[in-house]
Amino acid sequence: MTAQVSPLNEALLRSLTPSVLGILVRRGADFAAAEDAVQDALVEAVRVWPADPPRDAKGWLVTVAWRRFLDARRADAARRRREDLFDEEPAPGPVPAADDTLQLYFLCAHPSLTPASAVALTLRAVGGLTTRQIAEAYLVPEATMAQRISRAKRTVAGVGVSPARAKPRARGRFDRPGDVATVLRVLYLVFNEGYSGDVDLAGEAIRLTRQLAAVIDHPEVAGLLALMLLHHARRAARTAPDGSLVPLAEQDRGRWDTESIAEGIGILRAALARDRLGEFQAQAAIAALHADAPTAEETDWVQIVEWYDELVRLTDSPVVRLNRAVAVGEADGPRAGLAALASLDASLPRHDAVAAYLHERDGDTATAARLYVEAAHKASNLAERDHLTRRAARLNARRSR
Amino acid sequence: MAKYLLLKHYRGAPAPVNNIPMDQWTPEEISAHMQYMHDFAARLEKTGEFVDGQALAPEGTWVRYDGEGRPPVTDGPFAETKDLIAGWMVIDVDSHERAVELAGELSAAPGAGGKPIHEWLEVRPFLAAPPTITE
Repeated sequence: MTAQVSPLNEALLRSLTPSVLGILVRRGADFAAAEDAVQDALVEAVRVWPADPPRDAKGWLVTVAWRRFLDARRADAARRRREDLFDEEPAPGPVPAADDTLQLYFLCAHPSLTPASAVALTLRAVGGLTTRQIAEAYLVPEATMAQRISRAKRTVAGVGVSPARAKPRARGRFDRPGDVATVLRVLYLVFNEGYSGDVDLAGEAIRLTRQLAAVIDHPEVAGLLALMLLHHARRAARTAPDGSLVPLAEQDRGRWDTESIAEGIGILRAALARDRLGEFQAQAAIAALHADAPTAEETDWVQIVEWYDELVRLTDSPVVRLNRAVAVGEADGPRAGLAALASLDASLPRHDAVAAYLHERDGDTATAARLYVEAAHKASNLAERDHLTRRAARLNARRSR
Repeated sequence: MAKYLLLKHYRGAPAPVNNIPMDQWTPEEISAHMQYMHDFAARLEKTGEFVDGQALAPEGTWVRYDGEGRPPVTDGPFAETKDLIAGWMVIDVDSHERAVELAGELSAAPGAGGKPIHEWLEVRPFLAAPPTITE
């Protein structure tokens, strides 16, 4: 938001967003209007709180948001001469916030939304980010992001209503049970986004997944949270001071965040103990095995291959098979890795990079250098392209010496 | 102020003086090049002249409309027949001279042997909105 609100206040403010929104919706506001009102209240809080901090932050937000909602509704009603939604103002009362928060996640990740829309709506309605922050994070103009969010809200308007309850007063209630897998995919997308601006999307994804894990008991939610924590723990070691990528084997493991790793492993253990394996738990298990190795040489590649076998069984994804080939190359030698690679479609993204790496490990530097150049040509991001070009350059320099 | 597009080509520009592909440089030379590009953009941000910069993947497809109810026609890539844009930087500067000066600096980015690449860059003025006072 702005520098005027302390980080603590902003974290508090944002964490209150879903429950404030839930209260407005339960009082009878439709989702789209309530969401606008909460956004207005958040912006107002950023303006007012630094000089005049409230004693009851949530109460303050509910009051301001509700007032904004009523103002907007009155303006709307005056314009349209239509008063079908409200008889009187319902009294505020104690509320089951956890359930509302969960329904909000489901609504914002609704399958009728495109992934980009679901991500934007989740960050705003659940995460409490402003449209401007989301626009900056995804490098699009604010007006574009505002349109994307209002289209998303129009798309989900009404999906939360079961036919029997489709009376005006019930409009916009989050009644329909959602799909956890859809929510997890949206959170995974937020985490995995490469952009970095003022808003730390990876950190935000962790916060939202943690919040989700607090309101639903589901091993895959725990698995995704563990996966995020374990990857986030390596963040400081993943780039060199000049911005270039540092591969896992070359990372300074002393710079990994041990607290985050311990938390991720703890969460993963508890999830695995429930014996309902899913792809995020399996991915987290692989990340945990890397995190567990004091040095790259001590990595338990045999176990990692076993987890990849589980992942192949769960997802049947060619990308997983590609990563499995790398693990096989480490566990059983580069020739075995190349054999595993041979059965895969050469047009897969990163196929050339994996082949280059395995040939390099096999001592065939000429082939490896050629393939790294090919891989750099096909890279989908600059950091990866530079990294692959450097690998080629390093091998070529060694050969010409 | 006027906006200019500085265009870098994969293909189609005259050959640079220091024409050795990057995979034949040493890793240190690559780092030096990256640092130069980074510093250049950072400096233009400080002077208030930087607008945008993006790199493009070399793969592309030609597409055209093929009539009502039909999917678009795709074709290409047409190897070797067309110049190929690698990336751009948009700058907002006081004069054409300044745009040329900056393009010259960008072209001096170090390559193999740490020597300037002397790469040809294309400088294209934006067509701006009409001015308010016209007489």
